[in-house]
Amino acid sequence: MAKMEIRLAGSGGQGIILATVILAEAAIIAGKHTAQSQSYGPEARGGACKAEVIVSDTEIGFTKVQTPTFLMALTQKSLDKYSKNLPKDCLVLIDEGLSVPQNLDGYKVIKLPILSTAAEKVGRLMTANIVAVAAINGLLKLVDDESLKTAVFMHIPKGTEALNEKALNEGFKLIENGGNQ
Amino acid sequence: MAKTVLMQGNEACVEGALAAGMRFYAGYPITPSTEIAEVSALRLPQVGGKFIQMEDEIASIACAIGASVSGVKSMTATSGPGFSLKQENLGYACLAEIPLVVVDVQRSGPSTGLPTSPSQGDVMMAKWGTHGDHPMIAIAPSSVKECYELAIRCFNLSEKYRTPVLFLMDEIIGHLREGIEIPDKVEIVNRPTVVNPHPKRPAYAPTDDLIPAMAPFGKGQRYNITGLLHDESGFPTNDTEIAGALVTRLMKKIDNNYDDIVQVEETLMDDAKVAVFCFGGTARAAKSAVETARAKGIKCGMFRPITIWPFAEKELAKAMKGVKKIIVAEHNYGQLVNEVRRVVGPEKRIEFIGKVDGTVITPDEILAKIEEA
Repeated sequence: MAKMEIRLAGSGGQGIILATVILAEAAIIAGKHTAQSQSYGPEARGGACKAEVIVSDTEIGFTKVQTPTFLMALTQKSLDKYSKNLPKDCLVLIDEGLSVPQNLDGYKVIKLPILSTAAEKVGRLMTANIVAVAAINGLLKLVDDESLKTAVFMHIPKGTEALNEKALNEGFKLIENGGNQ
Repeated sequence: MAKTVLMQGNEACVEGALAAGMRFYAGYPITPSTEIAEVSALRLPQVGGKFIQMEDEIASIACAIGASVSGVKSMTATSGPGFSLKQENLGYACLAEIPLVVVDVQRSGPSTGLPTSPSQGDVMMAKWGTHGDHPMIAIAPSSVKECYELAIRCFNLSEKYRTPVLFLMDEIIGHLREGIEIPDKVEIVNRPTVVNPHPKRPAYAPTDDLIPAMAPFGKGQRYNITGLLHDESGFPTNDTEIAGALVTRLMKKIDNNYDDIVQVEETLMDDAKVAVFCFGGTARAAKSAVETARAKGIKCGMFRPITIWPFAEKELAKAMKGVKKIIVAEHNYGQLVNEVRRVVGPEKRIEFIGKVDGTVITPDEILAKIEEA
């Protein structure tokens, strides 16, 4: 597998950082090298938040994403802020409710109903980050689904396993069903 | 070796401290060091230790000093603004010769600065933040693995030399998560102690190695601990001869053990004509830049002091002999670069990369300086 430089963006409180921690955990379980970091302001809720994870078969030097191979954004504000100067071959995943900014003309942008799937099909909007990690893994094939599930279960509160498993499965389905390109 | 687990730098620092024998933590949480307090609060009770959150940073270090005097390995952690507050008691621990580990996960300053952004602006404060001449050991990790290993080393040096040791982390490494193998066994050093001391034993009577054995407070011996210059009994004195001898001994107990304390990493330095000097989190960008430069055929290496204080002047002078250009990269306006200049002399070409805007120095920025004619 080539080195994957993954950047997730959203609003503070959406679980963006946790989503990258889960992807990093899954990478470790699958025997890969990983580096996860985040950038956020002093506020705990709201504001544009960015978290990054690098997954590689070889040792990682610089720990921050330099040339993103993948960007996901769940809010318009974070999409506008963090989609600038992306390499041309960077794959972009956004929530279907967002509009594609002009600077992404010519990029491969995938729209998926991540937030509405979490809110309506899973029944809890707060599971959007789990829906997202499943969709991301479906798109990028970072690790096997079982490693991802194990990673998710390591980072959720006890008693929420069924809910999160449902979120994972709904996320996988988004990719299996194709997604709107 | 155990299996690889995902861990954050701050978390690994606590696990290393626990492995070294830390059983007391007093602190006041502050970004980006807060996880050190959180994980200590969770983990210490599991191993029979104690955690206390104090009303501020000054009380925290005072508390940790007190616990250490009673014989328990202690730690406190903070970031820049809190590190400023701890300076007075840090000096007290130096003079009273109290083993202690103080972690500073550096963030952008001055003052409360940019709380969540990386910096390496506390390097000179680590050395000179507390007033007066005093010995100081500071160590900087550049990976999660080193957060674990070097936290142990901080405790070991602190115990061995009866002196506070600074773990000079930064936001880049403190908040980084990566894989780490926790070793089954680690080497642990405990402070020189006296068992059943005579009640009238001079508490600060040094041995040949200049380090007095330490009686745990309240066990067999009463003695005085003070921030005033003192004689061997521990009581204050104005005797100039004793005063001079004490400060000299404090400095010498570290100076004499330079080779034991100072550690550096040299990567591809053997034939290097260009060298990148960096430490802590910045080393990750430097290493990537050096690898890229080598792939382009540039004879380039990296010199990284792991021990920041005492400064690795012997190793640096030797490593830079054949080097034509040194690039110093640090997240500040220019601090350790002046130490490099002092060691290599005014003739050697030094290019400086400093950042004070809260962003991270990238491999591309370092590479550009490497390639510059």
